[in-house]
Amino acid sequence: MTTVDQHTMREAFAVHLNDALDQDPRVALVLAAISRDLFDRALRDYPDRVVNVGIREQAMVGVAGGLALTGFRPVVHTYGPFLVERPYEQIKLDLGHQDVGAVLVSVGASYDNPAMGRTHQAPADVALFDTLPGWTVHVPGHPDEVGPLLAGAIAGEGRVYLRLSTRSNARPRPVTGEFVPVRHGSLGTVLAVGPTLDNVLAATEGVDVSVLYTPTIRPFDSAGLRAAVDSTAPNVLVVEPYLQGTSAAQVAEALADVPHRQRSIGVRRDLEVHAYGTPGQHDEIHGLDAAGIAKTLREFLAW
Amino acid sequence: MTSDTTHLAPLFARMTGDEKHEWAAASTLDVLWVLYDRVLDVAPDRVDDPDRDRFLLSKGHGPMAFYAVLADKGFIDPSILDTWTDFGSILGQHPDRTLVPGVEIGSGSLGHGLPIAVGQAFGLRARNRAARVFVLIGDGELDEGSNHEAIAVAGRHGLDRLTTIVIDNHSANHGWPGGIAERFAVENWATATVDGRDHDALHAALTADHPGRPLVVVADVQKG
Repeated sequence: MTTVDQHTMREAFAVHLNDALDQDPRVALVLAAISRDLFDRALRDYPDRVVNVGIREQAMVGVAGGLALTGFRPVVHTYGPFLVERPYEQIKLDLGHQDVGAVLVSVGASYDNPAMGRTHQAPADVALFDTLPGWTVHVPGHPDEVGPLLAGAIAGEGRVYLRLSTRSNARPRPVTGEFVPVRHGSLGTVLAVGPTLDNVLAATEGVDVSVLYTPTIRPFDSAGLRAAVDSTAPNVLVVEPYLQGTSAAQVAEALADVPHRQRSIGVRRDLEVHAYGTPGQHDEIHGLDAAGIAKTLREFLAW
Repeated sequence: MTSDTTHLAPLFARMTGDEKHEWAAASTLDVLWVLYDRVLDVAPDRVDDPDRDRFLLSKGHGPMAFYAVLADKGFIDPSILDTWTDFGSILGQHPDRTLVPGVEIGSGSLGHGLPIAVGQAFGLRARNRAARVFVLIGDGELDEGSNHEAIAVAGRHGLDRLTTIVIDNHSANHGWPGGIAERFAVENWATATVDGRDHDALHAALTADHPGRPLVVVADVQKG
């Protein structure tokens, strides 16, 4: 076992992936400089299937496509903007169009480290995967959720995006692929994605709503949402830690035959903040802090 | 083995309807023929063989010569050429690997084949397989920065299973001062620059040993 603390999602990812590389010769890893120190030994032990291409993200995804075409299960890892946005066409063509699988694992999330500014923020990542067919998207809410999500992703053949963050809930939740009921109420249903759960629970304390949690947002568990909404008033609030409204179309589709209302909380689309500071300060601007979520919920339910 | 490609003309004409000699002007024709006739270890009954050589047509635009060679070598039935670009045909103006037996990558957007080929060369080496990867790009396509990322990665990692063929028909808007081969040589590639119509020269260059490093063959093809 690799001896790395698993206090963060990134550390948990490194521990579990190093084990997978040791145990399964089909697993490959392509890095672009970021996190290479977490894989020093694997880079030495498996020099042709654990590859650091340097700061070359187009080649990073293309190399992953080539590894997949020769029978490997490539994991590709770097900061979100350089994993998803910069080589977007490589994701579309070198993986999707070639019809090969890969597991893309990002760090940085929407604004894990606002002091680094806009260049290291990728709130649009999940929305971008929605433009391409067949992607599974995991948004773990706790470091302990990373291991099972990664293991499931590696065991499959498909295209998977695993979005790691330094933001975390106080405790892990079951990883099932389905929306998990956390609270039961009657006025509406609140879906909390990944690390937003604790703020959602704080915001809904004493409010008569159902709360669902999921660390897997694609595929969208339409049946799970439908089951929850069947036992509440048809009011749905989705709280996502990335671009606001990313799952609005999925909610509308899941409830297409039910008169319903929905609102979305997430990273605002109408401005670029141009501010540094802390993640908590950015939560406030986007209404993703507990007070902001409570305010939106109050307006939405008019209670 | 033949140095004559005139037998491909009727196959070419099934796609273009061209009765004259457009086929002979295709810049990729001679390289493709030499690869499939004399270099590549591939066969229609081995398209999934893990030990087959890989040929990646990165310069996917204008694939008529490629399809003609695939038909001549038995990968696709020549009658399929009559359907090309029709809805439901396996053949389009850019190849799709999920549709055509023996086509290793879908291509069309420039600058994707070489990075994928680098990944395949890593994968084959990791599996200790002797199979080789050949990727064909154009001198205009070489403008794309993704190629230069891949050239560096392949050179620094000594990917000796990889050969890049650059068809140089002098179409890059701003040219390549100092020559195309030099762009690879500084990254530790073995290089050869040959007449892209000279089959024996192409064959010699494409089969030369290049231990411990990737190989680039620049095939000079004059336009017209």
